[in-house]
Amino acid sequence: MKNRRNRILAAPYVGWMAVFVVIPLFLVVLYAFGFDSKEGFTLGNFTQIHQYAGIFANSFVLALFATAICLLLGYPAAYFLAREVPAVRRLATIIIMLPMWMNFLLRTYSWMSLLENTGLINRFLRAIHFFDLFGPEKGYFTMINTPGAVVLGMVYNFLPFMILPIFSVIDKIDNRVIEAAQDLGADSVTVFSRIIFPLSLPGVLSGITMVFIPSVSTFVISKLLGGGKTILLGDLIDMQFYGSTYNPHLGSAISLVMMVLVMAAMALMNRFGAGEEEAMLF
Amino acid sequence: MKQRRIGSRVFNLLILLFLYAPIFVLIAFSFNATKSRSVWAGFSLQWYEKLFSDSRILDALWTTLLVSVLAAALATVLGTMAAIGFYSMRRRMRGVCMTINNIPMTNADIITGVSLMLLFSFAIVSFNATLGQLLGITFRMGFATLLLAHITFNVPYVILSVMPKLRQLDPNVYEAAQDLGATGWQAFWKVILPEIMPGVVNGALIAFTMSIDDFVISYFTAGSRVSTLSMEIYSMARKRISPEINALSTLLFVSVLLLLVIINIRQFRQEKAKARKDAVLRSNP
Amino acid sequence: MAKELIRLSDCVMKFDDDIILDHINLYINNKEFLTLLGPSGCGKTTTLRIIGGFQTPTSGDVFFDGKRINDVPPHKRKINTVFQKYALFTHMNIFENVAFGLRIAKVPWDELKQRVEEALALVNLAGYGKRSVDSLSGGQQQRVAIARAIVNRPQVLLLDEPLGALDLKLRKDMQVELKRIQQQVGITFIYVTHDQEEALTMSDTIVVMNQGRIQQIGTPTDIYNEPKNAFVADFIGESNIIDGVMLSDGVVRMYGKKFQCLDSGFSPNEPVDVVIRPEDIDIVSPDQGQIHGVVTEVTFKGVHYDIIVDFKGFKWLIQTSDYSPVGAYIGVKIDPDGFHIMKKSQYSGQFGDYSSYSAEYDELNEEPGEQEAGDEE
Repeated sequence: MKNRRNRILAAPYVGWMAVFVVIPLFLVVLYAFGFDSKEGFTLGNFTQIHQYAGIFANSFVLALFATAICLLLGYPAAYFLAREVPAVRRLATIIIMLPMWMNFLLRTYSWMSLLENTGLINRFLRAIHFFDLFGPEKGYFTMINTPGAVVLGMVYNFLPFMILPIFSVIDKIDNRVIEAAQDLGADSVTVFSRIIFPLSLPGVLSGITMVFIPSVSTFVISKLLGGGKTILLGDLIDMQFYGSTYNPHLGSAISLVMMVLVMAAMALMNRFGAGEEEAMLF
Repeated sequence: MKQRRIGSRVFNLLILLFLYAPIFVLIAFSFNATKSRSVWAGFSLQWYEKLFSDSRILDALWTTLLVSVLAAALATVLGTMAAIGFYSMRRRMRGVCMTINNIPMTNADIITGVSLMLLFSFAIVSFNATLGQLLGITFRMGFATLLLAHITFNVPYVILSVMPKLRQLDPNVYEAAQDLGATGWQAFWKVILPEIMPGVVNGALIAFTMSIDDFVISYFTAGSRVSTLSMEIYSMARKRISPEINALSTLLFVSVLLLLVIINIRQFRQEKAKARKDAVLRSNP
Repeated sequence: MAKELIRLSDCVMKFDDDIILDHINLYINNKEFLTLLGPSGCGKTTTLRIIGGFQTPTSGDVFFDGKRINDVPPHKRKINTVFQKYALFTHMNIFENVAFGLRIAKVPWDELKQRVEEALALVNLAGYGKRSVDSLSGGQQQRVAIARAIVNRPQVLLLDEPLGALDLKLRKDMQVELKRIQQQVGITFIYVTHDQEEALTMSDTIVVMNQGRIQQIGTPTDIYNEPKNAFVADFIGESNIIDGVMLSDGVVRMYGKKFQCLDSGFSPNEPVDVVIRPEDIDIVSPDQGQIHGVVTEVTFKGVHYDIIVDFKGFKWLIQTSDYSPVGAYIGVKIDPDGFHIMKKSQYSGQFGDYSSYSAEYDELNEEPGEQEAGDEE
């Protein structure tokens, strides 16, 4: 099958990638430097960015929180899951994937019903007289329209992307390797810390990437659950293209800077991590 | 030991509860008698009735399904061809191609969306100002650009799912087929394609799922004339989402659930039948 | 005399700057069992792939039945191949695997069914048609691969290390089986292996290759008894190879002593390589020995002992059923037909000294099936 003539089959898609992947990214760079604008070539879009430093920081901090929580919840979940019998494992992967078939905007929207001041959670707590006993006096928790709600939305939406790659890596660990470690005198803690965890690192890295990148760039979650109070990078970019402050050149510059920062962060992480091996979600 | 297993199961059940709580809420309120999203006012099917007369939502549903099916089909053809092509390349060339191929998957959706939007609007403006003016045609962003964008973000998933199947292939099967008299094409259709079929089908399914679930890239590339279900929901969400959407989502969710159940039961039965057959054959050859 | 069927004429194969085949000239007779034998990377698989049509030589010609076939694609050659790891089609059952070639050729159903069943019977798999490929053992998959090739009634069957993946016992059985099949169907087999024992057991003709060149062509007995150079002598069985000088016809000098041998045709006083097979050496008491040495190592091998004897710093391997303890001072006697005299070659001095010999070392060197250059960069 490794026939050199078959290379020709890639030609249509190579052309496609050139037009729809490479050129668009190239355009982002060009626009960021003022291409197709009245001023012509300019660095102005980049010098303006410093005023959005707060939003950059906010986005990265919230995304980091969300990623850390996903890892803390997702790793044990994946690990426990991998130890189940095959039938349970198969069923569980389907159950974890299934919510993705429910529109993600709608799932996020549904959290509004839960988190509102008059939402289901507050109603439930009131029904069990929680507020009478412990306060606060206003009779509800403020959950919606807070940075916490935004982080919750991120965790909720992207948790499967943390569980699945870690699960698939742990699931593929050769049981004989673990038995060999036990044979050589390792107890279960050592087996985990010296064998399973290091071997599962590629899954962890790919999970972190798959949670962090959509978290840092989201604008839907911040709009729905942050109520416009928490402005993230995604909102900022969205505003430059569709919003009142229409300015695609500034939008491109912000996108470019975000992309570079994210790539740098991921490269840094991969250097400390296991390296090139990539775990697959599916 | 047993204690720990119970502990881990409780933990995983809580995770599932977290993942499914909003979905249950959503489904429950699709049967609510009033428009409220948090106050239960009694059981009713009115939102299901209204759904089927709401042309706006049905249009969006139609657009979503059409773009998902078309994008998945075209991406599967393009991606399977590309995977075979990449596989046949020398290592360095393949490395370059795979790196570019991975860009749409590793990049944030918003960047893919924005970059495609810039491409489309730049191309359309340029065309309308030159050739379009001569011919009297004006293009606008719409279904075509939406489809192009969906194909672009779908192909990488198809390639990623076909590639391992190609690697698992015995390096000599293609030659074996030719050796037995098949031409290159026959060898491809009769041997290679059936052997990698599971990867191709899987790739098509992932592509379809990605298309159905996408919002961000559609939002930037569909223009103002067409909208997908996600975009429709987004525009409603700022005010208040009509429970009709809950009803529609419940229907979609239940159909996917049924589909998955059927597929899995069939798979399970086939595996069992095969195991039984092999066992019988092995005991009396 | 058998009729010539395939001829490789001055074939050269290069990948970038690597020379895989260096001016190969070879003819293969009809109905012959020919083995290409050599270590990995010697060019034997490339030679096979050129005959099968999967590779085209950089220069040189391939003739089949007198016609040049360089540009004939594999599917138009009357040649079929049994691949290294069988290359069975896992999405088809056994019957369909075997029927593949016939279906491509649009053979009518009745004939197809009959031929497939015959082929399956030939490889002792009658009644296995409906099974899946995965349900068969390695040896059975091997047989399916042979049936799939033979059912097309090729004039030549190419076999690329077909037994490499099987265990020792099964491999021995299959060697006998393959020879039987070849005689039963009466076609040419071209067989590639790095296992000298396999080659000696089955072949009519052995072609020993190394570094892209043919070292020797001959019958198994020729190759074993009259190796042309030190490489062949060492690769085929165990050999002690000692520097000597041919004094005159039938007289060779080594260790400063004259020995009787049967070889002739060398110029007087020509330096030569002297090959002595370990089993041709008799251990005798020191006073009866032609030369004397000290036993340094003894390994029990079941049928015989491997004894390493130090003769003035050069260690020999002797295979004998008589036990001699380590440290014993012994004499050895070699009959005139135990000497094989070879002209000096590029391989002189590289092989045939057992100073570093050990059984473990030998096993480590056994190659685990090769993948020759050319498929992947």
